Amino acid sequence: MSTRLLSAPFTRSELQIQSIMLTVVLGLAPGTLWGIFIFGWPALFIFLVTVSSALAFEAGCLALAEKRVLATLTDGSALLTGWLIALTLPPWAPWWIGVLGSFLGIVVGKQVFGGLGQNLFNPAMLARVALLVSFPLEMTVWANPSPPFSASAPGLLESWAITFGGVLPPDGTTGATLLGWVKTEFSQGRLLDESLPSGGYGFFKSFIGWTGGSLGETSALLFALGGGWLLKKQIITWHIPLAMLGTVFLLASVFTLVDGERYPGPLFHLSSGALMLGAFFIATDYVTSPNSRLGQLIFGAGCGAIVYVIRTWGSYPEGVAFAVLLMNSMTPVIDHYVRPRIYGRDRKGKPLELPEGRE
Amino acid sequence: MFDIHALWAGKPFDLHALWNGSQPKIRGGVHPEPRKEATADRPIDTAFPLPPMLYLALQQHVGKPAEPVVNVGDRVLKGQLLAVSQGMVSAPIHAPTSGTITDIMDYPSAHPSALPTPTLLLEPDGEERWIDLPEKADPFSLSPEEISIRVGAAGIVGLGGAAFPSAVKLNLGRRTKIQTLLINGGECEPYLTCDDRLMRERARAIVDGILIMLHGLGCRQAIVGIEDNKLEAYTNMHAAAAELSDGKVEVVAVPSFYPMGWDKQLIGYLTAKEVPADGRATDVGVLMHNVGTAYAVQQAIRHGKPLISRIVTVSGGAVGAPRNIDAPLGTPLASLLAHCDYRPEETVRYIMGGPMMGEALPHPNVPLVKGACGILALTQEEISATDAKSCIRCSRCVTACPVGLLPLEMMARIRAGQLESSLKFGLKDCISCGSCSYVCPSEIPLVHYFKYANGELLTRDQANHKAEQTKRLADEKLARLERQKQEAAAAAAQRKAAAKKPKITEAAA
Repeated sequence: MSTRLLSAPFTRSELQIQSIMLTVVLGLAPGTLWGIFIFGWPALFIFLVTVSSALAFEAGCLALAEKRVLATLTDGSALLTGWLIALTLPPWAPWWIGVLGSFLGIVVGKQVFGGLGQNLFNPAMLARVALLVSFPLEMTVWANPSPPFSASAPGLLESWAITFGGVLPPDGTTGATLLGWVKTEFSQGRLLDESLPSGGYGFFKSFIGWTGGSLGETSALLFALGGGWLLKKQIITWHIPLAMLGTVFLLASVFTLVDGERYPGPLFHLSSGALMLGAFFIATDYVTSPNSRLGQLIFGAGCGAIVYVIRTWGSYPEGVAFAVLLMNSMTPVIDHYVRPRIYGRDRKGKPLELPEGRE
Repeated sequence: MFDIHALWAGKPFDLHALWNGSQPKIRGGVHPEPRKEATADRPIDTAFPLPPMLYLALQQHVGKPAEPVVNVGDRVLKGQLLAVSQGMVSAPIHAPTSGTITDIMDYPSAHPSALPTPTLLLEPDGEERWIDLPEKADPFSLSPEEISIRVGAAGIVGLGGAAFPSAVKLNLGRRTKIQTLLINGGECEPYLTCDDRLMRERARAIVDGILIMLHGLGCRQAIVGIEDNKLEAYTNMHAAAAELSDGKVEVVAVPSFYPMGWDKQLIGYLTAKEVPADGRATDVGVLMHNVGTAYAVQQAIRHGKPLISRIVTVSGGAVGAPRNIDAPLGTPLASLLAHCDYRPEETVRYIMGGPMMGEALPHPNVPLVKGACGILALTQEEISATDAKSCIRCSRCVTACPVGLLPLEMMARIRAGQLESSLKFGLKDCISCGSCSYVCPSEIPLVHYFKYANGELLTRDQANHKAEQTKRLADEKLARLERQKQEAAAAAAQRKAAAKKPKITEAAA
C-alpha cells in the first residue's frame, strides 16, 4: 500500500514545470542563434558566461537555503532566467556584466524573495534595469552586425579580449540602435525623413534583425515566430502579447497620423527593439503577471502603453524593461481587483437573485 | 473568454448575454485522457455469478441509514424489503437475491477509511426466487404523488454517484413546478462507460423512465445531454425518444470535456440558466437526474422491481478483462475485480467512482453500493504522482476551474494558515471537481488543500458552537443559582415574617 495522498484526482496532465521552461527556451533558440550569428564570438562568450553563472548562483542559493539543489536546478527556471538576462545584454559586453546580471537576476531578483514563484518582479528585467542604471557606458555599446568571417568580424583571440580582456571594441564596429539613432537625431532637430535614410536603417532590415542592439532585440521576426510557437503549444495565451503589441500599434498609428514627421509608424515600433521578445517571452512570465484573463489584458495594455510613452517622450530610447517592471508592481493590485466571476454570484460575490416568482 | 463551443453548437452568440451570464457557455474544464475504449464497446455483462455472500450496508445513500426489518436467520426472497428508510431523507434496502440473513454486523464500508458500518449479511440460496411482483399498471394512470411514493419505496437514489434519494428530488420538483427535466448522460469521468452502455443497450427503457418521471413531476419537457464522443448512445437515445416521447424528450449532443457532467455546467449549457449561489437547480425551474436513475425508475414503476442491482464499470490498467457488469448490490468489489481478471500485485490504487472525483479505497474487500459507478484498479503508471513543487502562478488552475475560483490564491492562503482569508476567494463554492489539481504542472494537490480547509473550518465552527453552548449553560447555571439564592432569601424572609405574625396575633390576643 502506498502512503501517498489519498485524495482525488488520481490522474494528472503530463505537463510539468520542466517541460514548460524547456519549451520557452526552445522558442527563444532561433532568435538567440541569430543574435550569436550576427554578433560573432563575443556574443557566444557573454551568452555562455551569463547562463552558466545564473545556474551557479541558483545552485548556491538553493544550497544555502537547504533546498533540494539538483531537483530544483533541473526544473529549467534558472536556465531560462539566465538565458533571458543574456538576451538583454549588449553582445560585446565584458564578462563581469554577465556575471553581475545573473547575480542581480537570480539572487536579488528571485531567491531573496523565496525562490521560484515568489518574486514580485521579472528577474531578467530587474537585472537589466539595474545594470543599465549602474553601468550606462558598458550597457550601451552596440556592435554592428558582423557575422563570423565578414570583414568587420573580430577573430577568436580578439573576441576573447573583448569579452574577457577589457578591450574596447575597435572603432567603426559599433553604432547606435535604430531607436537610439532616431531619438538622438530628433534631439538635434532632424526629423524622420532625414534621420532614417541617413542612418541606413529600414523596416525590412529591422524586421529580420540585421541591426545593432542587445543580443535578443534584433530579430523581431524570429521572436515573433518563437512566440507563435509558444501560443500553439499552449504555453502562453494570446492575452498579454496581443494587448501589448496591439496597444503599441494603436498608439503609434494615432500619433503617426497626427504628425508623421515626428512620430514613427506602428511597423517601425513593432519591428524594433525588444518589443517582440518582451511581448511573447517576458511580459508573459507566469510569476509576475496577473492570473485572470481580464487582468492579463490590462497588464499587457499597460506594458504596451508604457513602452510607447518611454520610447516617444522618455529619455531612454527603449522602454520594454521599465514597462514590464512597472506593470509587475501593478500585478498584485490587478489581481486584487480583477477576479473571475464565481458561478452563481455577481461580480461582487453576492449570490445571484432568484428569478421572478420563485423563492 | 471567446466561446468556440457556443458557435460550434449553433447557439446564438450574444455579447451582452455572455457578459451577464445567460449565454450558454462552457465554464473552465480540462481534457483528461478518456481511457473509455477498454469497456465502451463491450456489452454489459449480465451473467455475473452470485457471490457466496452479499454485504448490504444500511447506509448507501445521502441521509439517515435504513432500519432493518428482518432478523438473523430469516429466509428472504429476491426484492423483499430488508430495511426501511428513516426520516425524510433516506432510502430502503431490498434483497438482491433470495437466501438467508446470516448476520447483522459492522462490516468495512465503501469509504476511503473502510471503517465498519452496520451491514446485513445475505447468503444467497441460488434459487433467485422473486417476491410476488405487483400487478402491472399503466404508470400514466397513477397520480404524480404515487410515482414519487413508489420511487421512494423502491430504494432509488441518484445513480450517477451522488446517491441522493430520488423521491425527495421528485417531490421538490413537483412542488416547485419545474419547467424542464434534465437528464445527465454526460459521463465525463475517464474510464467510466456504464451510462454509455446503458444508453446504447436500453435506450427505450430509459426514455420510458424519463416519461414516467415527467408524469411524476407534472412537467412537459425533458432534455437529455449526451457527450458528443458517445455517438452510438446518442443515436439510440435519439431514435428511442423520437419513437416514444411524442416530442417531449429532446436528446442533445454536448461537447466532451471534464466536468461536462457537473449538473450546473449541463444546466448552463442546455438551458442557459445559472443557479444562484445559495439556491438549488429547482430555483431556476430545472431538475436533473442521471440516465441510470431514469432506468431504475422505469424498472420500479413498470415492473415493480426495486433497486437491487446496478451497472458498474470495472476497469483500470491492472484489470485484464475490463467491462461493465450488471451486479447485485452488496457484492464484494474484490469478486467483481476477480471476475474481470485483475492483477492485485500490479494495483497501487483502488478507486470507487472515476479517477477525477472518486474515492480511494484501502482494499477491495468492501461491498458494492448504490452510488458506485466504477471500480478501478490502477497501476503505478496510470497515477504517476510525484512530489509537489513550487507554484509558478501559471494560472492554468484559474482557466480550468469551472466555478471561476482562483485555486492558486486559495492554496497560498491555506498554506499560510489563513483559512478565513481563503473564504473570500470562494472556498465554499469549490465543487472539488479536481480540474485544478489535474492541470497543475507543479502537481500541487490543490483539491486536497481545499478539502482540508473546509474540514478544518467546520471543526472550528463546531468547536466555537460548543464553546458558546458551554458558556450559555454556565451563564444559565449562574443565573439559576442566583435566582435560587434570591428565592431562598425571599422564602426565609417570608418564613420569618410568618413566624413573627402569630406572635403578634398572640400578643394581640
